[in-house]
Amino acid sequence: MLRNFRTERLVALVLVAPFMAIYLLTFVYPTVQMFRISFTDAPLIGAGRWVGLDNYLRLDNDPMFRRALWNTAYFVLMTVVPGTLIALLIALGVSRLKGRFQSIVLALFFLPYILPVSVVYLIWDWTLNFQFGIAMHVLDWLGIPRVPVFKSRVWFLPAVAGVTIWWTAGFSILLFLAGLRSIPAEIYEAAALDNSTRWTTFRRITWPLLWPITSLVFTIQLILQLKIFDQVYLFSIGGRPNDNMVLVYYVFQKAFQQNQGGRAAAVAVTLFVLVVVVSVLQFQLLRFAERRRR
Amino acid sequence: MNVMAAQRWNFWGGIITALTLVWAILWAFPLYWGVISSLKPDDEVVRPYIELWPETPTLENYISALTTTQIGAWYVNSVAVAVGVTVITIFISMLCGYAISQLRFPGRIALWWLILASFMVPISALIINHFVLVANLGLINSWAGIMLPQLIHPVIIIVYKQFFDQVPKDFREAAVMDNASEFGILFKIYMPMNWGVTTALSIVCFIWTWNAFLWPFLSVTRTEMMTITVGITQVNDAFGVYYARQLSAAVLAGLPVALAYLFFQRRVTEAITLSAGIKG
Repeated sequence: MLRNFRTERLVALVLVAPFMAIYLLTFVYPTVQMFRISFTDAPLIGAGRWVGLDNYLRLDNDPMFRRALWNTAYFVLMTVVPGTLIALLIALGVSRLKGRFQSIVLALFFLPYILPVSVVYLIWDWTLNFQFGIAMHVLDWLGIPRVPVFKSRVWFLPAVAGVTIWWTAGFSILLFLAGLRSIPAEIYEAAALDNSTRWTTFRRITWPLLWPITSLVFTIQLILQLKIFDQVYLFSIGGRPNDNMVLVYYVFQKAFQQNQGGRAAAVAVTLFVLVVVVSVLQFQLLRFAERRRR
Repeated sequence: MNVMAAQRWNFWGGIITALTLVWAILWAFPLYWGVISSLKPDDEVVRPYIELWPETPTLENYISALTTTQIGAWYVNSVAVAVGVTVITIFISMLCGYAISQLRFPGRIALWWLILASFMVPISALIINHFVLVANLGLINSWAGIMLPQLIHPVIIIVYKQFFDQVPKDFREAAVMDNASEFGILFKIYMPMNWGVTTALSIVCFIWTWNAFLWPFLSVTRTEMMTITVGITQVNDAFGVYYARQLSAAVLAGLPVALAYLFFQRRVTEAITLSAGIKG
């Protein structure tokens, strides 16, 4: 068949151009600039002097940076593994239900995911309010002393992690449900004929066949939670943000509150590299899982 | 399967279903509690015991939120930004996805890899330079400034490309034979064939943009230019300790996306599953 290659190229150029223009402007250029100013002592807006690796070397002795790194890791640990498992459990429960009933129950679990973070914040700030929160009435009733959850150094990150799981589980549940649906019913029927117990069926059939989805959910969560900012910022309002410092918050504080663009960029580059490394690992993991399935 | 085993199976099955149901109700309870509290008068909200239903339901908190804050302006900003981002993103992504899927041009493979690779870029690491860029363009405190860094969603291009790939090649060849223009082929043949995807992606793109927090928070300093998701968290003083009023503002901010989800439940779940790279 005859194709007019010159027209085709021209058309392709026109179609791709708007995306490429915005991509270069808001993706490539800022990325290059981030790396560049991380080697300078620039303020947020304006030029700076070249300082070489100074910004990075400073991070090594920066207790706040260490705390941010540590808190981020702690937060990731508390959201990713429990979040994935809770979503799996819910998906297993929801997948047993049928038709209209299933979509109503799924909606109850999924609704939080659809809401803006600030709404999630206001709802939980109210639910866990030290004076009037309904959760505190429940604690009173159980005879447990009240805790000012978001003002407490110990409880802050676990509580924010819990709220985050509540907020984002809907997404993982959806992926697990899609995975569960793709397991052929005949396999389960065969297992039932063999009189295998519920637990054996799960361990021998569901879990291994669901593994690619589980690793997908796990890594999506991991990358998402490394970038934690919104919830930590919001729940820290009127509290102690420095105790709850996480990486993106530190970028924000250095750049926007202390006007140190260069040093903030060094933190941003660290985060950038961290996420890229995890993404590459994820990609390799998925390829490995794919190959194993064949 | 013998009868005993079947009975045991059903008994535990019933227990699991019941637990799932209770769990679902507990899961959604904070949402219910937030809405109910927003309908209570000030003195009822702070009563030291649990009341699952307001004694005297009232809309006074909503009226107060609407009249004493700039929530109206925030709504307009949010709608403008979310609609703008959705229309532009869907449009440029569709064009790009179509070109990669159907046309042969130099750099096609490189472009595809570039799009796949951009998944790895953590946008939140770019906030400093997004701010510098938008400030240099003079767009701080403007709709365009809030929109600009939110226009790239590689996922949408990838979904479009996959859908265009599934269209049999005969369609395009037949159209080319008929001397249809390239743009005619895209807008008259390929786009109508994929209305379902376009609708689904538009709804989730709208929801994502409506819910965005970090960038709208950084790029706006004037109260009247805030989007509603940022606005309701930034004016605590205006509410004092009036929890119910704050919650009514939260309900107003969450309502559009919650309704969008409830009306288009299937489309939303479809698009979200697609965006994770799984065909549901």
